[in-house]
Amino acid sequence: MSLTADVRVDRGPMTVELDLEVADGEVLAVLGPNGAGKSTLLRVLAGLLPPDSGRVAVGPETWDDVLAGVHVPAHERRLGMVFQDHLLFPHLSVTDNVAFGLRTRGLGKSAARAAARDWLARVGIAELGDRRPGRLSGGQAQRAALARALVGEPALLLLDEPLSALDARTRLTVRAELRRHLGEFPGSTVLVTHDPVDAMALADRVVVVEEGRVVQAGTPSDVSRHPRTDYVARLVGLALLPGTGAGTTVRLDGGGRVAVAEETAGPVFVAVRPESVALWPARPEGSPRNVWPARLVSATPHGSTVRCELDGEVPLVADVTATAFAELGLAPGTPVWASVKASDVAVYAR
Amino acid sequence: MRRTREPGVPVPLLVPAVLAVAFLVLPLAGLVLRAPWGELGPQLAGPAVGQALRLSLVSASAATALSLVLGVPLAWVLARSRARGRSVLRALVTVPLVLPPVVGGVALFLVLGRQGIVGRWLDQALDVTIPFTTTAVVIAETFVAMPFLVISVEGALRAADARFEDAAATLGADRWTTFRRVTLPMVAPGIAAGAVLCWARALGEFGATITFAGNFPGTTQTMPLAVYLALQQDPDAAIVLSLVLLAVSVATLLLLRDRWLSRPGAAA
Repeated sequence: MSLTADVRVDRGPMTVELDLEVADGEVLAVLGPNGAGKSTLLRVLAGLLPPDSGRVAVGPETWDDVLAGVHVPAHERRLGMVFQDHLLFPHLSVTDNVAFGLRTRGLGKSAARAAARDWLARVGIAELGDRRPGRLSGGQAQRAALARALVGEPALLLLDEPLSALDARTRLTVRAELRRHLGEFPGSTVLVTHDPVDAMALADRVVVVEEGRVVQAGTPSDVSRHPRTDYVARLVGLALLPGTGAGTTVRLDGGGRVAVAEETAGPVFVAVRPESVALWPARPEGSPRNVWPARLVSATPHGSTVRCELDGEVPLVADVTATAFAELGLAPGTPVWASVKASDVAVYAR
Repeated sequence: MRRTREPGVPVPLLVPAVLAVAFLVLPLAGLVLRAPWGELGPQLAGPAVGQALRLSLVSASAATALSLVLGVPLAWVLARSRARGRSVLRALVTVPLVLPPVVGGVALFLVLGRQGIVGRWLDQALDVTIPFTTTAVVIAETFVAMPFLVISVEGALRAADARFEDAAATLGADRWTTFRRVTLPMVAPGIAAGAVLCWARALGEFGATITFAGNFPGTTQTMPLAVYLALQQDPDAAIVLSLVLLAVSVATLLLLRDRWLSRPGAAA
């Protein structure tokens, strides 16, 4: 029952144009900033928004085919959807929420309730079935929403930012449970998120969407190690610099040179991890081959370190300890020297 | 970060505000003070009062039921459908809200009267005559009161999160099932508030009723009509009838306040 979708939707100034395939049992994460068209994609797949052109098919069933005039409405698609803020019906008990989809598809009341209770037990909230959704915690509500989406044995599971409304600790446990349920789910899953950690932890494959288009696709580890756009690089905490390689030197498109350990040629990306950037009050003496003057743009606490955004010939992000940050006396606009060892610079073809 | 405001109200605002309160409250207080409390029992027990009160309650309830059956679907169309000309439709629907009720009565008479466009046909083909019957009272009240319900329910529908309807669709519910099992229960407090408002308006209806239905005790003489008639013959009876209507109004207000306090979501 694999999903194939190749759709275009015109959304005012932006056109969302995406071509996806998700195999049975596979989880595809659609990662991108707000307004990139991720939610539009999910609405199209769910049948809530007809595409302007293209096709959506799940297994042998065609759900959308604009040329052939086919549009299966949402309620006739065999799918389950989990929304960011769960959208459990406030006037129904948790059990009746989970049973809702079975009831609308013609199952009797007691059979639907029994199946709903089974699923509530599977997501670990069997004892909360009689409550109203308003009396659930965020994590419990999202578990109930997952049970509601999965109880009808859908061919396609759509997850719209399923963890982003949860606090950090709950997110960790719900993410682990979600991972387990996704592992057992036989159909295709599309997970929309702007959190790279969700994508890395839950997905078999990631597509990065910006301004309605796929800008990068690959396995989670590939995308995080070799980002191809500034957005992805920032997400995974790398400074991404496009340039042209010649031997062990890369001439950057924005000016400046970076010394690298490997020989390269032609258009490349240079990626620098924030923790490998060292900051100095004056030009450092000695060995590092990469030394650039820079200016501090902004500084934000990041765990036990301070993340410093630097502007200059080579724009960089540096993580320094709070002590070092204080000793350097850094403030926005302060001139500093940044250095990176050539062996700490990743370089790969564009 | 809450800023404490300077206590007190500026005099240029305070004086008109106090006058406004006096203006609104004094007539009602006068009504209560002038009431012939001693005769209250006998007056209320009189056959005319009971008859008018019963007719008022029955016709206002029937008008509210009719408004619910027709008005809730209309409110849904105004709030949810993407049909063209919705703003024109909404304007048309709200006309009775601002129209002098007596004009509404004249209009109803012209359409449903024995010589009216629809009325003539009803009279000849079905031998049904509407004007000057209790049916006419219900129609006049519905005409005047239904817009209150429609506007109120439309507001509730607009305020309700339409994404719940999306969620229902992904769970296999078509639009009619979604309306019955999700939308309707979620806007129930809004519908109840609209129904109470509609009922209160129907109960007080005077102009359209007396124009279209006349003033016949037992069949078309509702409380407001009885008050008007009594004032010319027996002022004490008029006061007693007015007190009853005042009591009903206050009760309506209390009922609405409870509805407005218990929003969905806030309700446990």
